[in-house]
Amino acid sequence: MATRTASRLVEAAGVRRSFGGTVVLDGVDLAVDRGEVVALLGASGSGKSTLLRILAGLDGEASGTVSVPASRAVVFQEHRLLPWKRVAANVALGVRTRDAASRTAAALAEVGLADRGDAWPAELSGGQSQRVAIARALIRRPELLLLDEPFGALDALNRLKMQALFTRLRAVHGFAALLVTHDVDEAILLSDRLLVLDGGRVIEAIGVDLDHPRAVDSPGFAALRRRLLALLRVPATPDDAPS
Amino acid sequence: MSLRVRRLTTPIVLLAVWEGTARAGVLAPDKLPPPSAVLEAAWRLSRDGTLGASLLDSLQRAVLGLLIGGTIALVLGAVAGLVRAGDDLVDPTVQAARMLPHLGLVPLLIIWLGIGESLKVTLVALGAFFPIYLNTYAGIRDIDEGLVEAARTCGLTWSERVRHVVLPGAMPSLFLGLRLAFSAGWLSLVVGEQVNGQSGLGFMMMEAREFSQTEVVVLGLLVYALLGLLSDLALRTGERRLLAWRRGLRAA
Repeated sequence: MATRTASRLVEAAGVRRSFGGTVVLDGVDLAVDRGEVVALLGASGSGKSTLLRILAGLDGEASGTVSVPASRAVVFQEHRLLPWKRVAANVALGVRTRDAASRTAAALAEVGLADRGDAWPAELSGGQSQRVAIARALIRRPELLLLDEPFGALDALNRLKMQALFTRLRAVHGFAALLVTHDVDEAILLSDRLLVLDGGRVIEAIGVDLDHPRAVDSPGFAALRRRLLALLRVPATPDDAPS
Repeated sequence: MSLRVRRLTTPIVLLAVWEGTARAGVLAPDKLPPPSAVLEAAWRLSRDGTLGASLLDSLQRAVLGLLIGGTIALVLGAVAGLVRAGDDLVDPTVQAARMLPHLGLVPLLIIWLGIGESLKVTLVALGAFFPIYLNTYAGIRDIDEGLVEAARTCGLTWSERVRHVVLPGAMPSLFLGLRLAFSAGWLSLVVGEQVNGQSGLGFMMMEAREFSQTEVVVLGLLVYALLGLLSDLALRTGERRLLAWRRGLRAA
């Protein structure tokens, strides 16, 4: 097992997972430091969601060594709120401390839904539901946030709002995060480090040195975007000839 | 207003035609007496206590049968739905037994249980068992695995997941099972009460048939229908309360 430094939060080595005869993860090494946001990029079927599920403790059949903090929370692509519980009860699910009610209110206020605690999930829009899912993760005060394409199901405008929300929350709480995404722009905007997964392995790790606040027209953004798209074997502009 | 009037028109016209033809002698009184005679019989039998006592006896059988059949169905359905070994041990057998028409078991049940109370209660229990079992099982099986996973990541234990995710998730299906069980239970009761009997609505009707009191037979039928209607109404009210979260879909 790898030695763990004080600042190291997640440590995974030689993670393998196959479904039937198909090897999805073929010896993945991964480390996340405290407070660090790492984006995991890869084509569909590259195993990025599988890796996140393993770190979330939802996959008991992977091999390799995995060390994650107990204090972690997950946000999925679908909000996965329980339809039969009101918003506040969804957020407080599994929170056993005596101040659960005040923490619920605080978490909802942080995502801008202070007044919707009494609503049923069915009464919320897609963007609001996903905010509640984020509040449900935040209330646990996680050291590690695992996000599986958290904004992937939202429309483009809502996605931009949620990315801004994420940046704000991160500045306040200082959590570390593993962000699984197929959105190259989102990965560059939000993360400190990018990992590209291909063929069941991490084929590239890139530090993102852009200054905050970041925008798609920040210097260096376009070059990084190009590089990532090449790694993902996707044409950078519609005019590029397919390779 | 006009909608309500229009909806009421057909039954009122039917009743009037029934009353008119019976009075005019088109319908033989021993085949189908007029509604007024049925009402009169209802009044007479409620005053002398016959109707109330019969109703109570029948209700007792229905409730007892539903409780017994429903409880066994709920337990077996939950075991089969929640535990893999339970699924293997219980479900195939129950699915096979479902193919037996339970009302066809009457002759066998008479041999086993005689013609007394236990026969009637057993028939109701059998009628209620299958719909509740099947819908409990299906309700648990159809729960979105993603919700269970999300609850797991929130730190819920197995029993907490059952309580907060599986049970409420299976509730709509369970209510459907209950509704089907109620109608199957009433049907079983009607059939069971025609097999001899010393009391109950069925006995009241069979006795009236022997004395050619057709109006009492019709009254018995109406009371059966009314009971079915009332139980369905009670169930709907319970459903509206317990499944309030589904109304959110409409309020949005």
